[in-house]
Amino acid sequence: MNNHLGKLYVFGIALFLMLPLIVVAGVSFNEKKRLYFPPRGFTLDWYKNVLNSSEWLGPIGTSLTVAAIATIVAVCIALPISFMMWRHGVLFAKALFGLGLVPFMLPPVTSALGFLIFWSEIGGYGSFWATTISHSVFLVTIPLMMISLGLETIDDAYLDAASSLGASEGEIFRTVILPLILPFIFGASAFCFVLSMNEYIIAFMVAGFTVETLPIKVVNSLRYGYSPAMAAVSVFAVLAAAGLFLTVARFGDLLKMVGALDKSD
Amino acid sequence: MTVQDTTILRPIPRFRGVDHKTLILIPPGIMLLVFFLCPFLIMGAVSFYYRVPDGFYEPDFVLANYAAFFDPVFLTALARSLTLCAVISVVCVSLAMPFTYLVSRMRRGIQVPIVILLLCILTLSEVILGFSWTILLSRTAGVSNVLVWLGILDRPVSYYPSRIAIMIAMLHFCFPFAVLTIYPPISRFDRSLPEAAATLGAGPIRAFFTVVIPALRGTIISALVLVFVFALGAYLFPQMLGRPADWTLSVLITDQAIYKSNIPFAAAMSVFLCLICFALIVGVGKLTKKSEG
Repeated sequence: MNNHLGKLYVFGIALFLMLPLIVVAGVSFNEKKRLYFPPRGFTLDWYKNVLNSSEWLGPIGTSLTVAAIATIVAVCIALPISFMMWRHGVLFAKALFGLGLVPFMLPPVTSALGFLIFWSEIGGYGSFWATTISHSVFLVTIPLMMISLGLETIDDAYLDAASSLGASEGEIFRTVILPLILPFIFGASAFCFVLSMNEYIIAFMVAGFTVETLPIKVVNSLRYGYSPAMAAVSVFAVLAAAGLFLTVARFGDLLKMVGALDKSD
Repeated sequence: MTVQDTTILRPIPRFRGVDHKTLILIPPGIMLLVFFLCPFLIMGAVSFYYRVPDGFYEPDFVLANYAAFFDPVFLTALARSLTLCAVISVVCVSLAMPFTYLVSRMRRGIQVPIVILLLCILTLSEVILGFSWTILLSRTAGVSNVLVWLGILDRPVSYYPSRIAIMIAMLHFCFPFAVLTIYPPISRFDRSLPEAAATLGAGPIRAFFTVVIPALRGTIISALVLVFVFALGAYLFPQMLGRPADWTLSVLITDQAIYKSNIPFAAAMSVFLCLICFALIVGVGKLTKKSEG
């Protein structure tokens, strides 16, 4: 009895969480340019519309580029810091780690305003790089935490074995450590990528009127009225996120990546 | 690491080794210090700058931007933001505790899809979720149509702009964050405790409230703070689903910075918001450490 109650509770909440996604998918199939739910008629024209018009493909391309570069930069910042802190306990690495956690402890608006002022002072306001670099340092928390979690799971015995067999520090990193943390790096990259793709406030504040990312485009078009095309774009965004996380779950232990204890039973 | 006699005999290689290794920290160090720390320091400085009435600012040291806090518009927005986020945080964590506890005891085959769903919502940002809620709460496509169909309402109505709409959307947005914050400690939680309670005759619900909740007190408190801070960052929901009278601090900051071109005042509000969050996180961190130690 209690068991069923528990399941009901969990699935009730899961349903509430999915509700907006279901509705947004539903309205994207409307035949007329109105948002009815349940949809009236059925058409895939809005999806074709999105995929064929530069109006949407432009911002999608911009967002993909920003997200890809920001993700690579964020991982490149985080990997040495996490590694030096874990392997050698370097104090400077610990300080940088602490600094890297700050963006997620503060409301994003404060970081966004900081970036806005910074880029207008040094003269990069409104540029592609302002958005990209701001995203990469803002998102650095994710790889820092996830790569550290991955490093924590490495058994010291492997490292001892490698070094007693004569492997150098570099060889140990390449042949033992890197393969073990690769799923975590991949997971962190996926997380960063999706966050950057959907990030609005920073992109808006540092280059909102010149570099049009997908979220900025969506917000701008909301001002001119709703269309099922926007719902279709949202469905693409949801599918992309879900697809990436599914891939991560296939190649690594997703539960461990979000910090759960490994349970072999 | 202990200093051994050999290091005194061969000090040079050891130091060179350390230098060589720490060199790889220079690029990430530069990135974080220049592109993250600097913006915050400059923002702190700008919050004391003088605002030139035509929209720019010049270096100075004035307290006018902070004095502007005593404006009733700001004070009501501040009180509104803090209350809203406190309510969201309490509701989210109360709902998330049993949810996470139950999920962490389920099969992997159920846990993984649920975590994927949570991650999707967490990463979708307010843009797409806000858009979805405006549809869901609208007259033409919203839940009111279902109520009409059920015979509860005569005709469909729109549920936004309203404060309830903002709260529902924020609850939805903050819930995955709350779950993922408490998921690690709950999954590490010693299962023998509730099992012992069951052996002594407590039902699962009673065991949850009398054993699990008290044992995870520290986790709950830090989750409350983290969700509160996370909720303070909500920026689009109050604009998309509310009226200007419902705007929160995050919205006011952007409004001042972008549309009113009053960067120094926006910077002062932002510094203030940072201080609140830091004080809360550091304070609670100390508190929970003390209670656990």
